[in-house]
Amino acid sequence: MAARQVTARWTGGNRTRLAPQSVRSSDVAKASSESVAPQVARGFWRKYVFSTDHQIIGRQYYFLALFAALVAMFLSWLMRVHLAWPRLAIPGLSALSASGAPAGLMTPEYYLSLLTVHGTLMIFFVLTTAPQAGFGNCLLPAQLGAERMAFPRLNMLSFWLTFTSLGVLLASFLVRGGPAISGWTAYPPLSALGSITGPGEGLGQSLWIISIALFCVASLLGALNFITTTLDLRAPGMTLMRMPLTAWAWFVTAILMLLSFAVLLAACVLLMLDRVAGTSFFVPSGLIVSGQMIHGHAGGSPLLWEHLFWFFGHPEVYIAILPAMGVTSHLLSCFARKPVFGYRAMVWATIAIGFLGFLVWGHHMFVSGMNPYSAFAFAVLTVIIAVPSAVKTFNWLGTLWGGRLRLTTAMLFALGFVSIFVSGGLSGIFLAEPPVDVQLHATYFVVAHFHLVMGMAAMFGIFSGTYFWFPKMFGRMMNETLGKIHFILTFVGAYCVFMPMYFLGMAGNVRRYAQFVDPYLQPLMPLQRFITVAALGLGAAQFLFIFNLFWSLFGGKKAGENPWQATTLEWATPGAARAVYRGPYEYAVAGQEQDFVMQNAPDAGPSRARKEAADDNADQISNA
Amino acid sequence: MGKLLAFTMVAATVATVVLFWRRVWWFPPNISTVGAGVDGDFRLTLWVTGILFVAAQLILAYCIGRRPKAGRARYLTGNLRMEVAWAVVAGATFIGLALHSYRTWARMYFIGAPPNAVKIQVEAEQFAYWFRYPGPDGVFGPMHLRLINDATGNYFGLDPARDPTSRDDIVTATLGIPVDRPVELLLMSRDVIHSFYVPELRIQQDIVPGMVIPIHFTATRTGNYEIVCTQLCGLGHYAMRAPLKVMTEAKFKQWLARQAAEQ
Repeated sequence: MAARQVTARWTGGNRTRLAPQSVRSSDVAKASSESVAPQVARGFWRKYVFSTDHQIIGRQYYFLALFAALVAMFLSWLMRVHLAWPRLAIPGLSALSASGAPAGLMTPEYYLSLLTVHGTLMIFFVLTTAPQAGFGNCLLPAQLGAERMAFPRLNMLSFWLTFTSLGVLLASFLVRGGPAISGWTAYPPLSALGSITGPGEGLGQSLWIISIALFCVASLLGALNFITTTLDLRAPGMTLMRMPLTAWAWFVTAILMLLSFAVLLAACVLLMLDRVAGTSFFVPSGLIVSGQMIHGHAGGSPLLWEHLFWFFGHPEVYIAILPAMGVTSHLLSCFARKPVFGYRAMVWATIAIGFLGFLVWGHHMFVSGMNPYSAFAFAVLTVIIAVPSAVKTFNWLGTLWGGRLRLTTAMLFALGFVSIFVSGGLSGIFLAEPPVDVQLHATYFVVAHFHLVMGMAAMFGIFSGTYFWFPKMFGRMMNETLGKIHFILTFVGAYCVFMPMYFLGMAGNVRRYAQFVDPYLQPLMPLQRFITVAALGLGAAQFLFIFNLFWSLFGGKKAGENPWQATTLEWATPGAARAVYRGPYEYAVAGQEQDFVMQNAPDAGPSRARKEAADDNADQISNA
Repeated sequence: MGKLLAFTMVAATVATVVLFWRRVWWFPPNISTVGAGVDGDFRLTLWVTGILFVAAQLILAYCIGRRPKAGRARYLTGNLRMEVAWAVVAGATFIGLALHSYRTWARMYFIGAPPNAVKIQVEAEQFAYWFRYPGPDGVFGPMHLRLINDATGNYFGLDPARDPTSRDDIVTATLGIPVDRPVELLLMSRDVIHSFYVPELRIQQDIVPGMVIPIHFTATRTGNYEIVCTQLCGLGHYAMRAPLKVMTEAKFKQWLARQAAEQ
C-alpha cells in the first residue's frame, strides 16, 4: 500500500516536467520516447515486476541485495562454526548438501564452496548492488531534480540480468560437485581445467563464470544509465559543483563500473574459452594434475588473469565504498547541522580515488611472481591513494567539529562508518609496503583489513542510507529505538569479529583454510572461537534490522515531507519547481528562520544563483 | 546514546592499543637476516598508523560525546589551508613509509642470491611440496614431464639411466637447510598456483605453474619449522605443508648424506 502511494506521488511530480522535454529535436524526441518510463497505468506485472520505473527498480535491487546479504551471512555462520569447532556436526547441514556435509560434518571442499559463494554474494550482489543500484536508482534522479533515469528500459534489463546472475550463482549449489571452490578471485589454472582440479571446478565453476559475466553486463548497462542521467538530466541550476556528495559518489562509481566491469567481462570470456574451447590464455603447457598430463594447452599465463582480475578488483573495492562515503558525507552534514567541511575537496577526493583506483591493482600481486620493480611502483601509487581517503576523514571530522549533533540511527551508522573506516583503512598502509605485505599477505590480517574497510564500512553506509531514506522510499519512519539497539550491537560486533583477525594474521594464520590443523595455529584457536561467538552475535543482531524494516513498511509512523530537515532535492515538496539556486549543504545559514535552506528555495532578490539557473535552462533548450 | 557511543569508541581504541602494546598475539620470532627489516618496517608503520588511529578515534569520540551546545553551529564551509596542509603531511608520511620499505624489498628481490648459496628446487603439487638438491656435481638433472610419477616416487621426472647429471640428485619431502648460509630456492608448480610461506623466515612467494621463481634468504637460527601454502589450491589447501629443518653446517651435511643414501 505504502509503496503504491509513494509511487503515485513521485510519478505525479514527474509528469509536470515531462512536457517541455518532449519538444526536443527529432533525434532526442525519438530517443526519449523510446526510453521514457511509461507513465500510463499498467498491470501488476509491468508496474511492480518488469517495471521501468526507477523507484521500483531501486527497491528491487535493494531487496535483492538484502536477500543476498542474508544468504551470505548464513554461509559465514556455517564457516565460522566449522572453523572454531571442526568436529562439531551442524544439525540439518546434511539436508542442505548430503555430499558436502555428510552427517552434518563439513568437508573441506564444501567449506571452500561456501567461502566462494559468500565472497561472491557480498562483493557483487550486496556491496555493488545495494549502495549503487539500489539507493542510486531510488535517489539519484530525485537529488538531481530529474524525473527519471535516462534509460528506463536498460534499467529494467540491468536489474533482471542481475537477478538472473544471482539465480545462476545459487543454482551451482544444486549441481554435481557443488559451487566453485576457487574463491571469489577464481585464479587459474585451478579455475580453468575443469573438475580434475577439484570438486566444484566442473559445472560449478562454469556457472560462477556465467553468473559473473551476466553481472558484468548488468553493471555496464547500469553504469551507462547513471552517467547519462547525471550528465544530461540535471535540473536547471544543478551545476556539477552543486550536486550532493551522494550524487558525486554514484557518478564516479558508475564511471569506475563502466571501465572495470568491461575488463572483468573480457577476462570471464577468456577463462570460459580456456575451459571449453581449448584456448590457452591463462593455462601454460606442461601441467600434470592429479597425475594426469594436461594436453592441448601452451603459452598461457596465470598472472594474466591476476592482472585482469585485479584491474577490475581494485576499482571494485572503491565501487563498494564510494557510495558509502557519499552517504556518510551527506548525513554527517545533515545531522551535525553544518555545511560539509571542504565540499570541493570532498569532490576532488572522490574523483582522485576513482582515478588512482585504476593504478594500484598490482598491490594485490606483490608475492605473485610479478616483476619486483613494478611491485615497488605499485607500492608508491598505493600509498598515494591513501591521501584522498585521509582528506575525506579529516573533512568528516571537520564537519562534526562544533556541530549540533542529532544522533538519529542514520547518523549513528554514519559516525560508526568513520570509526570503522579508520580502523580498517589504516591497515592498508601496512599491506601497501611490499616487504610487510610479504609477511601479512594471504593471512587473516588481510581478512580483517578488507572486511572492516569495505565490508563493514560499506554495510554501515547501507544501514545509514536505509534509516535515512526509508521515509523517502516508503513513506514511513523506521523505529528509532530498535534502530539504536541494532546500531550499538552491530558496532560492537564488528569490532569484536574483525579486530582480532589482525592479530591472527600477524601470528601467521593463513586465510582460506578449511581447518586449522597446523601445530603453530593451535594456540590461536581460543581467539578463533571468540570470533565465531562474536560473529553469531553480530549476525543475530541483524534480525533486529530485518524486523524493523518489514514492520516499519506497514506499521511505521507516517513520515512528513522532510523529516530530517535536509536541504537536498530528494526531500523537496513533490511537484515543486526543481530549479536549483544553491549548493547542497546550506545548514546553519545566518539570518534564516530555519537552520537550513533547501537547494530549490529561491533567493529573495535577483541573485547570481537565479541568473545561473536561468542560463542553464537556456543552455539546455539550445542544446536540444 | 552519544555518551554510550563515545565510550564504546574510546574503549575499542584503548583495547586495541593495549593488545598491540602488550603483544598478546604477535609475530613468531624472526629467524632470517631479512626478517629484521620486515619487523622494523612493520614497527615504524605501526607507530605512524597507531598515532593516526588514536587521534582520529578520540576526536570522533569527543565530537560525539561532548555536551551539546545550544543554538546554531557556526556556518563553516571548510579551511583550504588546513586541508592542503593535512594532505601534504599525510602524503609525505605515507610516501615516506613506502620509500622506507625499499631497503628491505631490495634485499629480498633486487639483489640476487650470492654465489655460495645452497641451490634447491621446490616443486609444488596438490597438496605437497618436494625438494631437490643437485648433489655433488652441482647440476640439476633434466626433468622429463612424462616420467613424473608420484606412485614411483619420481616427483621430478628424472631419468638417471640416461642423464648422468640426475644420478646424484637428492629428492626429499623435508626442506633441510644450513644455518647462516644463503639459500636459493627455485620455485615451480606442476598444476595450480601454490605458495611458499614460512612465517618465521618472513618469506612468502607464490609458486606459479609455467614459471620458475627464485627466492633467497639466510636462516639465522636452527630448529624445526613449517612451510605452509597460502594460495587457495583446492580442497586440501588447508593441509598442504612441509617441514623445514634448519641445521648447523655439519648436521646439514650429515642429513644430506643420509638422504642421498636413501635415494
